[in-house]
Amino acid sequence: MPPSPSLPLRRILTLPPALRPRAFSILSRPPPNYPSHVPLTNLERGTLAITSAIGSLLNPRRHDLIAALSETTAHPYFLPRLRRAMLANSTGRRILRDRPRITSQSMRLEDLRKLPDNTVGRAYAAWLDREGVTPDTRDPVRYVDDPEEAYVLQRYRETHDFTHAITGLPVIIEGELAIKAFEFANTLLPMTGLSLAAVVRLKKAERARFFEVYGPWAVRNGLRAEEVVNVYWEEELETDVGALRERLGIEMPPDLREVRKVEREKKRAEKEAERKTMGG
Amino acid sequence: MASFVPRASKRLRLAGPSSPSSWVCNDCRRTFASSIRPRQQQQQQQHHHQQPTPPHPSQDDKTTHFGFETVSESLKAGRVRDVFSSVAANYDTMNDLMSLGIHRLWKDYFVRSLNPGIPPSTTSSPRGQKILDIAGGTGDIALRHLDHSTTINNDHKTSVIISDINPEMLAEGMKRFASSPYKPTNRVSFLEANAEDLPTIESNSIDLYTVAFGIRNFTHKQKALAEAFRVLKPGGVFACLEFTPNLSNPLLNAIYKRWSFGAIPLIGQVVAADRDSYQYLVESIEKFPSQAEFAGMIRDAGFLIPGHNSPGEGGLEGGWEDLTMGVAAIHKGIKPA
Repeated sequence: MPPSPSLPLRRILTLPPALRPRAFSILSRPPPNYPSHVPLTNLERGTLAITSAIGSLLNPRRHDLIAALSETTAHPYFLPRLRRAMLANSTGRRILRDRPRITSQSMRLEDLRKLPDNTVGRAYAAWLDREGVTPDTRDPVRYVDDPEEAYVLQRYRETHDFTHAITGLPVIIEGELAIKAFEFANTLLPMTGLSLAAVVRLKKAERARFFEVYGPWAVRNGLRAEEVVNVYWEEELETDVGALRERLGIEMPPDLREVRKVEREKKRAEKEAERKTMGG
Repeated sequence: MASFVPRASKRLRLAGPSSPSSWVCNDCRRTFASSIRPRQQQQQQQHHHQQPTPPHPSQDDKTTHFGFETVSESLKAGRVRDVFSSVAANYDTMNDLMSLGIHRLWKDYFVRSLNPGIPPSTTSSPRGQKILDIAGGTGDIALRHLDHSTTINNDHKTSVIISDINPEMLAEGMKRFASSPYKPTNRVSFLEANAEDLPTIESNSIDLYTVAFGIRNFTHKQKALAEAFRVLKPGGVFACLEFTPNLSNPLLNAIYKRWSFGAIPLIGQVVAADRDSYQYLVESIEKFPSQAEFAGMIRDAGFLIPGHNSPGEGGLEGGWEDLTMGVAAIHKGIKPA
């Protein structure tokens, strides 16, 4: 029988799995736990976290780097916490048991468009049409070791568009940052908080709007709302949007596209006036 | 540097997939930006979590390796083609990052040691050499051949046929040559072909056959070597620059392997949004025969190998040149007259 490990060694071995020294090396990776799984060593995970953070700040359209950032920073505490939050809720538990996936086959836009106007499904279809996107772009989770936690992160990724739909925020950077702030307050995933570093990419007026209006909205609502990851969206497609928002505890933010349009017109009017007074 | 990736930078618009090199699963309609595009219906089941079925070869019973994966022989060429379609746009940037720029030194040395081109004073009727560069899609070796023959040997007639199985790589090559001084000349031509079968090239017509970092991707290397033997003139030279599966020094080899399997796929993910292609590339290096075995294959194709010792079964000793402590090696052979 092997001798029982000394106290310091035992302390190292009882660290949470993500911080424990890995039992494998780059050359001897264990078999994957699910189809797209790539087991990473701590060094690889850390390097990928840092490089994907820098890469996604330099080019925020690299959704694959944002995805890699979310997967590599989800441990040690945050993704297990989110999974526990799902397990603590009966709908969350059902979602974990059923493992529904959101794709354009499971969410047929043609059927959703036929739903009555104030339903969640119609709002979702209308938002997708307005922004010109489809439900298909979500990268598969690769760098999370536990298959259930991988599903939780995949579910968060796939339901991100629904959060957009019920709050009405657009896909432009300003809207995405507001949603990320909301998701940080709501899910505590580090990637959502880290991505707020992208406020440096906003224009001055956008930044002012973020700190005055949308940021406070996001924090206030994210904290007081129920966990959005526990919503079984496939069953809520015919629910009234207002009722769902009230149940979750989310208030609608000001329509960002409208606000921007108004500001653009104001600016144009000002420029016209200035030109008239100057040119004559 | 991340702006090199148009494919990963766009959300899918309602008009359809934004890139030809992504594929859409017929079942769940998810779009994958991966180059590893299974072609069989069975393989498309692979990515569904519920029933992962390993792909099994359907038409052929013969299988070969695709990196560490086993695939049917008939599928390998298509999968390699997909890998290179995916990496074509960032090929040179990724090479610089993966080899820390050393690949340029290797290629320069490779071409310099071959000394393409015939100086005008040594022949009465200067025809120029006919060079065939296989798997040379992006044209970096071909450009070096032309530069060397033109500037060092003052030979303005030597021509290069650039052949590649992958049209995207050839397109990159055409772009490179469009902005080179050789554009108005007829010294470069492009051929989309599989190196194992070159029907449009006559036998005994090529002076110099080069393949750099291509042959490890071929499904049937011996067949490609036989085809090289056929198209070369008697006295023609076969030259191959390729990675080796192991370095000579065990400690350096351990470090090198960890760089290959750890850093390279990570760089592929961050720069090119494609971990899988670069994972394939390092696995294919691992699967390539050793220098001695490969030299044996070249000898078996009929070439004479300068500088080797010990004939007989199996591989040879000597007969190749290691570069950078064995990371890459140059193999040469001459078709007997």
